[in-house]
Amino acid sequence: MSNIPETGRTRRVTIRLVVLQILVVSLLATLGGRLWYLQIRNASVYTAKATGNHIREVVEPAVRGEILDASGRILAGNETKLVVSVSRTSLLQQKDAGKAVLTRLADVLGMPAKDVQEKVRLCDAKTQQPCWNGSPYQPIPVTKEATTQQAMQIMERREDFPGVTAQPTAVRHYTGAEGANLAQVLGYLSPVTDDEVSKTADKAGLDRYLPADQIGRAGLESVYDRDLRGTAGITKLEVDNLGRVIGTADQAAPQTGNNLVTSIDAKVQKVVEDNLAQAMSDARKTFDKVTNRNYEADSGAAVVMDVHTGRIVAMASAPTYDPNLWQGGISGKDYQALTSKESNFPLLNRAIQGQSAPGSTFKVISTTAAVQAGYSLDGRYDCPKAMTIGGREFKNFESESFGAISLERALEVSCDTVFYGLAYDQWMKDGGIKPKKDPGDWFFKTAHQFGLGAKTGIDLPSEVPGRVPDRQWKQSFYDNNKDAWCKQAEKGGNSFSDQIARENCVDGYQMRAGDAVNFAIGQGDTLVTPVQMARIYSALANGGTFYRPTVAKAVISPGGDLVREIAPHEDGRLPGDQKLLGYIDQATAGVITSGTAAWKFTGAGWPQGKIELHAKTGTAEVEGKQTTSWLTTYSRDYAVVMTISQGGTGSGGSGDAIRRIYQSLYGVDDKGNIDQGKALLPKPQAELPKFNPDGTAIIKPASFDASAGPSGAVGPADSVGSVGPVAAASSVVPVGDPGVAGGSPRVFLDPDRPGGGTPVPGVSAAVAVEPTRSTTGRGRA
Amino acid sequence: MTSYGSYRQLRLAPQRGGVPKALAKDSPLWRIDWILLLAAAVLSLGSSLLVWSATRGRDSLTHGDPQYFLFRHLTNVMVGAVLCAVVIAIGSRRFRTVVPFLYAGVILLLMATLSPLGSTINGQHSWIQLGGGFSVQPAEFAKLAIVLSMALVMSDQVDAGEREFPANKAVFRALVWATLPMAIVMLMPDAGSVMVMAVIVLGILLASGAANRWVFGLILAGVGGCVAIWKLGVLSKYQIDRFAAFANPALDPSGVGYNTAQARIAIGSGGLTGKGLFHGTQTTGQFVPEQQTDFVFTVAGEELGFLGAMAIIVLLGVVLWRGCRIARQATDLYGTIVAAGVVAWFAFQGFENIGMCLGIMPVAGIPLPFVSYGGSSMFSTWVAIGLLQAVQSQRPIAA
Repeated sequence: MSNIPETGRTRRVTIRLVVLQILVVSLLATLGGRLWYLQIRNASVYTAKATGNHIREVVEPAVRGEILDASGRILAGNETKLVVSVSRTSLLQQKDAGKAVLTRLADVLGMPAKDVQEKVRLCDAKTQQPCWNGSPYQPIPVTKEATTQQAMQIMERREDFPGVTAQPTAVRHYTGAEGANLAQVLGYLSPVTDDEVSKTADKAGLDRYLPADQIGRAGLESVYDRDLRGTAGITKLEVDNLGRVIGTADQAAPQTGNNLVTSIDAKVQKVVEDNLAQAMSDARKTFDKVTNRNYEADSGAAVVMDVHTGRIVAMASAPTYDPNLWQGGISGKDYQALTSKESNFPLLNRAIQGQSAPGSTFKVISTTAAVQAGYSLDGRYDCPKAMTIGGREFKNFESESFGAISLERALEVSCDTVFYGLAYDQWMKDGGIKPKKDPGDWFFKTAHQFGLGAKTGIDLPSEVPGRVPDRQWKQSFYDNNKDAWCKQAEKGGNSFSDQIARENCVDGYQMRAGDAVNFAIGQGDTLVTPVQMARIYSALANGGTFYRPTVAKAVISPGGDLVREIAPHEDGRLPGDQKLLGYIDQATAGVITSGTAAWKFTGAGWPQGKIELHAKTGTAEVEGKQTTSWLTTYSRDYAVVMTISQGGTGSGGSGDAIRRIYQSLYGVDDKGNIDQGKALLPKPQAELPKFNPDGTAIIKPASFDASAGPSGAVGPADSVGSVGPVAAASSVVPVGDPGVAGGSPRVFLDPDRPGGGTPVPGVSAAVAVEPTRSTTGRGRA
Repeated sequence: MTSYGSYRQLRLAPQRGGVPKALAKDSPLWRIDWILLLAAAVLSLGSSLLVWSATRGRDSLTHGDPQYFLFRHLTNVMVGAVLCAVVIAIGSRRFRTVVPFLYAGVILLLMATLSPLGSTINGQHSWIQLGGGFSVQPAEFAKLAIVLSMALVMSDQVDAGEREFPANKAVFRALVWATLPMAIVMLMPDAGSVMVMAVIVLGILLASGAANRWVFGLILAGVGGCVAIWKLGVLSKYQIDRFAAFANPALDPSGVGYNTAQARIAIGSGGLTGKGLFHGTQTTGQFVPEQQTDFVFTVAGEELGFLGAMAIIVLLGVVLWRGCRIARQATDLYGTIVAAGVVAWFAFQGFENIGMCLGIMPVAGIPLPFVSYGGSSMFSTWVAIGLLQAVQSQRPIAA
């Protein structure tokens, strides 16, 4: 076939075709490479983006678990409210983006249309509250206070209210069971912040905060938040590019949170709260001879602890507030009121966050320190009306003198000079102003052994540790303040504080004799919290074991099964043997019968022979303020501690209140008769409450009503057993209050002064009020 | 010196009729490139699944019939296959004689789109509605017209044995023939199609053996034109952003940037084996716009994964490889030019379309040959396959 040409190509064309082929191959190779880069190398990135694209989560909040008292009474529960919510997705499908629907809704609810629109808009950088910070796919609550009638109007006219629902929803409610307030112990909830949501976005389960979650911010609500919160139900909806739902990818029903059983007894709590309030109101009617005005009694706290377990039976803090203010979001006005100086910070739990000098309630520690340092319990120690230490005179209250007395008697009558003498002796042995290399420091050491200067570890948030003003603290305090002191000293002023500054600038780090002897009677820079004192006096009552204070007893599932028991936790033992404990037991009982508190106990009809109580009073002086009242007490089963800031003396300020608390606990009337039927809690509740299958607690019918206010329940007596109470009141200071944190509540001393009542035999001495740092400690040996 | 035979001297097949003719030893049936045909058929038929997946949930497009686009796509493939068979049956040489008529017809169609007969879709005046839901996009056929007319003009003297390479005059005439449809398409305005046509012209100039100055001249003119448009500020910032959005979707987040970002998410999330046909979340959720036409490749990427997407590229590569082979083996320059023109067309259009889905090329509304839904594109593509087969079947039998 010779007439058919072999080819239509020349060499040039052939080369050009090869070029074309190479171009084609390189284009295809480019596509292949890019495809590999997207699909193989970066697959995970795009998979995540695709998921974010088409999955929308709708959160159904879990019902929060309840907080119960030791008998199963609900302290924090849930209230069913009619919540009207609006679906944005439905609104946006309306022609006018739902404006007309919202206006109609506002009309039905009796709210301004603007308010409703603002609640439904989405929060962003420019939009401030009110706005919705949750998912736009979530129904947005407009009101939690709808009436049944309003709900009916909405649900009956569905066509007028597309996307609007009214349904019953659980809202946190603090029940005030038996009249107990318990605000600071229970704490409160508030919505999560955007920040918290985004920070936990890649976590799962309880670790993840969801928009519109309410989480515990204080008290038990905060510490046991993970137990109480429950797991929200998350429905993962598949949506298309317009946000229309095209399917359900995953669905998980919400799981109700667990319930928390506490050791609180609501009835006892009510009694404690009422008596604290009564004591403070009584103090405000009492004239203070030192300042020539009535006591201010600005704040106070009280703790009732089960001495065998460290469990808290009642814990009150004053001033207090209504915890239901937080329900459904606190208003700005209310929040300001709660955090303002005028209200004196009612959010603080002063039982764990208030700290002040313990005054003479500290003397049980001093006694133990003396025994540890080698002083004999059988010895007799001089109690002169005054002592001169470092050129200064340290006097007993009202310059009383008891001669040579035992340590027991020194505790009973709260003789300061005995402890001055012991502390001074020790200070000298440790080298005085020029301490030897390894000083004994028995008083400071013992205070630390008693757990002072450290948190007790109670299961409540933001506990403060208090302070033991030992050598280490003095040094660091000096390092922190030296510059300020020296600067003031340079100015050469002649005022009192200038003089102190001048001395402190030179050797403020020194442990001076005055510091040492003041510490021995719980004054000076010492700070303790009521719960620390309750822990110590519980140990004295139970034979020397320290228990970590706890409020929660157990976590119970919504079905009533035990999830986790919070068992008592031993935290070591008191230093000192049984002989010493017996000795202190006897001395503190003496306080009730013949000591500083006798006029409020045996003197007021307390049946000490049947129910033995033990007590130590304390009256701490604070520079520029009135005295702090402390009363620390214990019976066989309970330690009861009360403190009132600017509340007078230990026994005078808190004596009646604590006696009445014991009267209610044991069913004792004002004449000393015992009616066990009226006793609120003659023994601490050891068992957990029983639960019905639906998770509700079975509450035993109350044997009698808790009308145990300050008046006290009274009835025919029946001996309950030997008990021994002690009470203490303390001044409570907000954490972070500069006046306190700086360590300068110049507490001068003063043991217990019966506040105006008839002094009972053996009242201890009031002591001269002196600035701690300047003169008191200047004793140069 | 090699002798260049004229097509006029070629022996025609013996006159036989019907089936015997089709099965005769020298019938085109035995000479067509079956590999090419198979690759094209697999691409076209396989893509019907992708089109189906992309459209079965788009009720606004399908009028409630999920298989609407599946059947229409298959119909298009069938019509395309028939057109292809007709072209093969006509044969390359005979087809050569009707090119001027085809060209004239395409020019008329193109002009009709600019007249009130045309309709506007996506801002482009590039469609003619035929009624009954059918419409024609003449720009697709203009690509054919350019390939055929340029081949005709440039190979005339060479295939007649008068010259070794196309004369400058012939090249110039061919460029004029090509420019006319390009200018009309530019008025629509359909810059994407013009871009494809320009590359076709470049491929044809390369394959024709035209002097180097024509090739480089065209490249320079193209680059110069782009620079001029850029420098003269003809384009607004919006248009520039839109153009650059393929590289940085943030430049045009609600428009083209959104498309490319969603396309990339769809493809990237497919991984090695894909999410399974009909199970792509991006596809089911309709996050990728124009997914059955310009962005059909993303369906393959998401639902069939790297393996499926790569299969499309490989099949396209097979078509191009066979096309290049046909260009090399063509018995005349006309056949070489036609084959090279088709290769340039498919190669660039495929690269641009897939590259746009992958975010390495700017967004232009041009379809992926064989795969995208669209009648005009499918028909012209299969006519081009017919042209390749016709060129192929005219070469001597196992000489």
